[in-house]
Amino acid sequence: MELSFYLVQLLNAVQYGFLLFLVASGLTLLFGIMGIINLAHGSFYMLGSYLAYWLTDVTGNLWLGILLGLPIAMMVGYIVERFAISFLYKRDHLYQVLLTFALILIFNELQQILWGTDVHSVPIPSILAGSFQLTENQSYPVYRLFISAACIAVACGMYWVIQKTRLGMIIRAGASNREMVQALGINVNRLFAFVFSMGVALAGFAGMLAAPVDSVYPGMGENVLIISFVVVVIGGTGSIKGAFVGAMLIGLVSTFGKVLLPEMASIMVYALMAVILMWRPQGLFGRAA
Amino acid sequence: MADAILRIDRLSKCFGGLIATNNVTLEFERGQVHAIIGPNGAGKTTLINLLSGDLSPNDGVILFNGRNITRLPPHKISQMGIGRSYQKTNIFAEFTCFENCWVAAQSRLKSSMRFFRPARHLQAVQERAERALGLCGLKPRRDIQASAMSYGEQRQLEIGMMLATEPELLLLDEPLAGMGREESLQVIELLRRLAKEHTLILIEHDMDAVFAIADQLTVMVNGRVLETGTVEQIRSSQAVQEAYLGVEEAV
Amino acid sequence: MSSLTRSLPLVVALLTLLLFPLFGSSFYVGLVTRIIIIAIFAMSLDLLIGYTGLVSFGHAAFFGIGGYALAIAFQDASVIPLWQALPLSLLAAGLAALVIGWISIRTSGIYFIMITLALSQMFFYYFFESPRYGGDDGIFLFLKPVLMIGSEDILNLDNENNFYYFALSSLVLTYLFLVMILQAPFGKVIKAIKANEHRVRALGYSTNGYKLVSFVLAGTLAGLAGFLEGAHTGYINPAYMSWHESGVAIAIVILGGVGTLYGPIVGAFIIVLLQNFLPELTEHWQLLLGGIVISVVLFLPRGATSLFPRLLSLIRTEKGVPLSQEESTKVDTDG
Repeated sequence: MELSFYLVQLLNAVQYGFLLFLVASGLTLLFGIMGIINLAHGSFYMLGSYLAYWLTDVTGNLWLGILLGLPIAMMVGYIVERFAISFLYKRDHLYQVLLTFALILIFNELQQILWGTDVHSVPIPSILAGSFQLTENQSYPVYRLFISAACIAVACGMYWVIQKTRLGMIIRAGASNREMVQALGINVNRLFAFVFSMGVALAGFAGMLAAPVDSVYPGMGENVLIISFVVVVIGGTGSIKGAFVGAMLIGLVSTFGKVLLPEMASIMVYALMAVILMWRPQGLFGRAA
Repeated sequence: MADAILRIDRLSKCFGGLIATNNVTLEFERGQVHAIIGPNGAGKTTLINLLSGDLSPNDGVILFNGRNITRLPPHKISQMGIGRSYQKTNIFAEFTCFENCWVAAQSRLKSSMRFFRPARHLQAVQERAERALGLCGLKPRRDIQASAMSYGEQRQLEIGMMLATEPELLLLDEPLAGMGREESLQVIELLRRLAKEHTLILIEHDMDAVFAIADQLTVMVNGRVLETGTVEQIRSSQAVQEAYLGVEEAV
Repeated sequence: MSSLTRSLPLVVALLTLLLFPLFGSSFYVGLVTRIIIIAIFAMSLDLLIGYTGLVSFGHAAFFGIGGYALAIAFQDASVIPLWQALPLSLLAAGLAALVIGWISIRTSGIYFIMITLALSQMFFYYFFESPRYGGDDGIFLFLKPVLMIGSEDILNLDNENNFYYFALSSLVLTYLFLVMILQAPFGKVIKAIKANEHRVRALGYSTNGYKLVSFVLAGTLAGLAGFLEGAHTGYINPAYMSWHESGVAIAIVILGGVGTLYGPIVGAFIIVLLQNFLPELTEHWQLLLGGIVISVVLFLPRGATSLFPRLLSLIRTEKGVPLSQEESTKVDTDG
């Protein structure tokens, strides 16, 4: 196959990896800082997609859709955190898993009540609807490049906040030693509420970005959730760097897998996870148990 | 040394840039009580962790009864006859005292992969557990849930569980930690009795206790062995007084 | 004497179940059969969650494999000999549990939950995407297994009542088996592992081996349930092994009472009955179900059976069977 074909797959893999990174980083922070395993995280991705669909439908403009949708997503995140998640901080993983699983059931049902069972598509904004010429006979959708660019921007923003601000320092401290942060007198409730809302915003934003290319349908959050878990496990819980490396690895394996070995594609991702965990049970960048 | 039950040769352990155990060479004579003392951060607990298999050294060799146990996992080291009690109480909180000792005693079976007959029919395990319970003085608290007991009693249980595995060598990490005067005296008595038939390696900060029962003392500072000797030798050592005892109470 | 009084409610329940087909309609006998099958599945999960401290979010994989083994091996057969089909399902589920367990057991805490989830999804996708095994349409079985000696039919599971008693016997045998191993030395070790794995290792036990055995036993019993479900409904599809099923299984265990063995049986009754009758109340019954589960997690974490305090205090006095308490138990077995 030609080089340009592989280039296209590479771009797809990177774009997919970036989206996964957004979702997985929220998930990994949640676990690293708050000690919460949140199965409903995929539902926030789905929420983002549905908000993008609905608000774009209403306003006629994806930009407005995203602009209005993000605060809505964050508000939903805040409510969920206050009224459900906050009860889980001191509980066993078993109960966290069960409660957030119940949240999935509820969210799925709410989604069906609000938006029905049809599959929806979201139109790409006209500025980004074109194609970019890679080589003389291969073009690539501008919108997909935009997705990667937007994710890079968000990733840079995250990097700046986490490495260069006081808040980021607290987050890093919390991710490596939760008890210490609490002992230092930091208002843990506000920190947690903030981290959770940020995680929801990241997942929701990823869902919004992806909506025009992936279409919007019931239960779409679940696939993303499982893969995000694989990313978090591979990268190591609490590690943003790990989430990035893991997401890129999965993006590459998954995309090239589908192309080169279609029957084995879904399995390859899990096989990769199994191999990594056998070598390093705490993930690539996780704390050793 | 005539009969060294445990030999440590050039043992080292680093955590990133921190050298917690620095080229430690020591011998422990069978049947003796050998205390390891030193200021906080001297690397005493790290050393015990290396001996019990909870940590793996970067360098060096540990020989137990002549056998190399350097990188063995904790369960294998326990099976060889080395028992460990922990500084932070490490019991089964929701089991009763007796059940705690039972689990410890059952570990001496050739294998616990037995599925058919009820465990309580195992006479040997029953006796071992009862004996351990008696030794650590908790017979009257036999059927009380461990989490419902006082801190001191839990520390006793900590020792009792170790005893139920019938070890040859006892590693005791601050057995008197957090105890009041009277409780301490009871445990010191217990340790004295145990010393008649076991070898003890003891980390302690309670100097009265250490001076009362130890045959040998090793002083550690910053991961290194400063000096080893009898109680008298250590007490009169200039170097030790400067480094450690002088900071605590006047000897 | 206390174990006799403890057994009384169980005996009464067993008698009721034994006599049920005499006064229940065929529909209800079929429904209770389903409940019994799910109860077996849930009990096997309780061995992991409630007694070993392993929160597996992929237990449905073994349930599905038990069913698929039956369907794949016998879909074109003219007769399904029970003595061949049942061991095959058990073996398939047990082997799968051995493989998944061997990979997963080395991890702990959240990693274990996520890896069991992901690995079971791998199985789900495999069956979902493979045209050879029916894909997401699944496989239909038009016969029921038959127990034969020579050419004589000893037990034909085609009869609804026969199947009911076969399932009930399986439930009772599974329960007795689990009680037996939990009272044995093996059981003592795994309960201790749940309480404080680090200490168990320090006491001389190689804990990974015990966890793996527990995992394989649980997986095999889940395979038994899957076999029964496939034989009963005559249909198997990938949804049987979805993580959704694994999640509902966890809900059943918690709802009934984790770490009690009989709790999951009660939980199975509650959930399956809810799943059957809630949809008649409202089309959006999953909302209600989700709400119920959340309420249980927040307000009744020890499950429905903890509402019978007298039963609890009777159990507490029985030696050697400590009741797992959620508040003082950590499922997390890191470090």
